[in-house]
Amino acid sequence: MRNKWMRPPLYPQSDARKLLRHLLDRDSFTEFLDPRRGIINPNLVALDVPVEFDDGVVVGEGALGGKGVYCAAQQGGFIGGAVGEVHGAKVTGLLERAREKKPAAVLLLIDSGGVRLHEANAGLIAISEMIRALLDLRAAGIACLALVGGKEGAFGGMGVLARCCDHVIMNEHGRMGMSGPKVIQNVMGVEEFDASDRAMIWRTYGGKHRYLIGEADRFVEDSIAGFRRAALSLMNEPRPLTLESLRGEHRALAARHGRFGACRDSVEIWRALGIGRPEEVQGMETEEFLRLPRA
Amino acid sequence: MEHLSFTFESDGRLVRGSAPYALVGVVASGNLEVLIERGEGGAGCAVEVDTNRPGFAETWKAALARFAEEYDLSGFRISIHDAGAVPAVVTLRLHQAVEELAEEPDEE
Repeated sequence: MRNKWMRPPLYPQSDARKLLRHLLDRDSFTEFLDPRRGIINPNLVALDVPVEFDDGVVVGEGALGGKGVYCAAQQGGFIGGAVGEVHGAKVTGLLERAREKKPAAVLLLIDSGGVRLHEANAGLIAISEMIRALLDLRAAGIACLALVGGKEGAFGGMGVLARCCDHVIMNEHGRMGMSGPKVIQNVMGVEEFDASDRAMIWRTYGGKHRYLIGEADRFVEDSIAGFRRAALSLMNEPRPLTLESLRGEHRALAARHGRFGACRDSVEIWRALGIGRPEEVQGMETEEFLRLPRA
Repeated sequence: MEHLSFTFESDGRLVRGSAPYALVGVVASGNLEVLIERGEGGAGCAVEVDTNRPGFAETWKAALARFAEEYDLSGFRISIHDAGAVPAVVTLRLHQAVEELAEEPDEE
């Protein structure tokens, strides 16, 4: 129940529906394919695995600052927010519909480890379809924002999708990357990457590092209100998606590799950025953190 | 997976609020989701449960009967996807579902 005596909910502790309810203008959200229609995932039924009414993602339309937006919010608690066939089709459908209906912006509340392994190829195909639909949408000039603040982060194909958006908004809890810690440890060995070292995981994938090296455009507090303010300020700022902008990104990546390629740890990168006491970055309050130099 | 169906008879009372349905919870280990819908009227409350822990039909019946008695819901339909929630969590989610259904949009 909502009432004035309760503290506003924090982003990482809220499920997908609660996030949308508090992120968007009050009572503006309408869910597409509402759960009563029972569009559950037949692949999971065939595997005799528990299903969810929404297959782990809530899609729909609402208003942000009075302007119409389309949204998808992943349910991180359900199989780690992983993308299966129905889940992916819902997001792709939302993006394709957005291209037709032209809302002011599209918000993707990402909380996912990537492809749902139960569905293997269907999940991989779903991710590629989502990426294609997202790039089509950007080509049409509609701003796509990725919000990464949940417990599962944005990994695998969802990490790719996040970085295909115009802008990424993160908090300290949020993590973004390609291969997750356990994958790297299993492939490269624990000496290369220790998946039990939580501090190291957060300074590698976490919102603070992603913000400092320029992969996240906004760093916000854990409150849903913080994400809302950031989304409001970015929703009218689509980035051009052209050959020239892509070439620019490639040049920036080459320059980044030249500048930080020899660093063995994020702390070394932060020092190279000119941060005086880089070992203090992780414990730093938001206000002080936001004054640090960025790449 | 095991599928269970129950119907609880009651003369019923209406939950206030205007939302046609509410969905609470997440299908994560030790948790469940509860979808509650207002029916077309008629007596009784129908409950459908899908659970990945077979063999607990009696426990489900007891937990749901107690809830049905407390709220005396009539003409409602409840659907549950369960991933091994203990009875206390089941009861908590059922209460949460009814509360969310009764929530007035203007609060806060």
